[in-house]
Amino acid sequence: MRKIVLSIVVIAIAVAVYEGAQHHSHSKGAPPGAVDSPAATFAVQDLDGKPLSLAGYRGKVVLLNFWATWCTPCRGEIPQFIDYQSKYGPQGLQLIGISMDDDAKPVHDFYQQFKMNYPVAIGSASLAESYGGVLGLPVTFLIGRDGRIAAKYVGAAEIPILQQKIEALLQSK
Amino acid sequence: MAAHSRTKGASRVEHLQIPLPKQALALRGFVPAILLFALALFAAATIRAQSPSGVSELAPGSAQLINPDELLSLLQSTTGEKPLVLSVGPSLLYMQAHIPGAEYIGAGSAKPGLDKLRARVKSLRHDQLIILYCGCCPWSHCPNVRPAYNQLAAMGFTHVKVLYIADNFGTDWVDKGYPTIKGQ
Repeated sequence: MRKIVLSIVVIAIAVAVYEGAQHHSHSKGAPPGAVDSPAATFAVQDLDGKPLSLAGYRGKVVLLNFWATWCTPCRGEIPQFIDYQSKYGPQGLQLIGISMDDDAKPVHDFYQQFKMNYPVAIGSASLAESYGGVLGLPVTFLIGRDGRIAAKYVGAAEIPILQQKIEALLQSK
Repeated sequence: MAAHSRTKGASRVEHLQIPLPKQALALRGFVPAILLFALALFAAATIRAQSPSGVSELAPGSAQLINPDELLSLLQSTTGEKPLVLSVGPSLLYMQAHIPGAEYIGAGSAKPGLDKLRARVKSLRHDQLIILYCGCCPWSHCPNVRPAYNQLAAMGFTHVKVLYIADNFGTDWVDKGYPTIKGQ
């Protein structure tokens, strides 16, 4: 009889521990910047001093690109992103650039030189951390119309895959 | 056709004479030039390998590099000389995560960063072990580590290593679970 009671107690404790662990993992949620998690909101100023916030583009598909002027792969992506803004902007795509440069001057110069057609802001460690940390460039997030992160690309994104994803997101309402 | 003959009073050996085609005879005049050219190439390669400014010195696998696991062992070791670890990348990267004990210098691609690097090491022994690292972007694209390494080499530092970060600091250090700290 004592063995049965002991077994029941052990099983009960094991179930309680398991349930507790499950509850903890659900309440903890996905880490920031994870695919399928809500994109972190932010409100900054663009290079012209105008307010720039993710909430301002609610309902649009947002391509959020962390980049820097000294980053060669980043520079390689910019002309493509400019094209995307022109081509897909009317369908609801909005690009946002977050520069991780230490100094704003080269960013202003680059913006004008490349005739960038979407808003760019100077980033911060806290903004980067709200997206899971930007510990290497470039990093690009695709955010769906529902405000959730649909894709994350670390390093230069493969253009055909990125474009396919953008088009798919634009079609979803 | 062998033509050995002896002349009176002096020994003279005439070597085997094989008639050469006209083109080969014409090329004979270029032999010294070709040898000189090869010598010049060899000298250039040697100088480049020894030069502190040679970009090839930081090619993956070269002796000037240290891998993340090697650096971790070095930092965790209780014996031996502790390296001076200097971050020569962008400040926003350093603020998010950096190697414990690493000092922030500034981007090695810009003059302020190189000025600060010079000032920081000015009073150090030239055989001080110094580790430079960045991790801003893939190794071949990093604009910071090479100028910083060249700066120290030009100043006469003999024990400088560069942390080889293949992709970026996140992938090659943080994601591996290696220790980091945040902040300035």
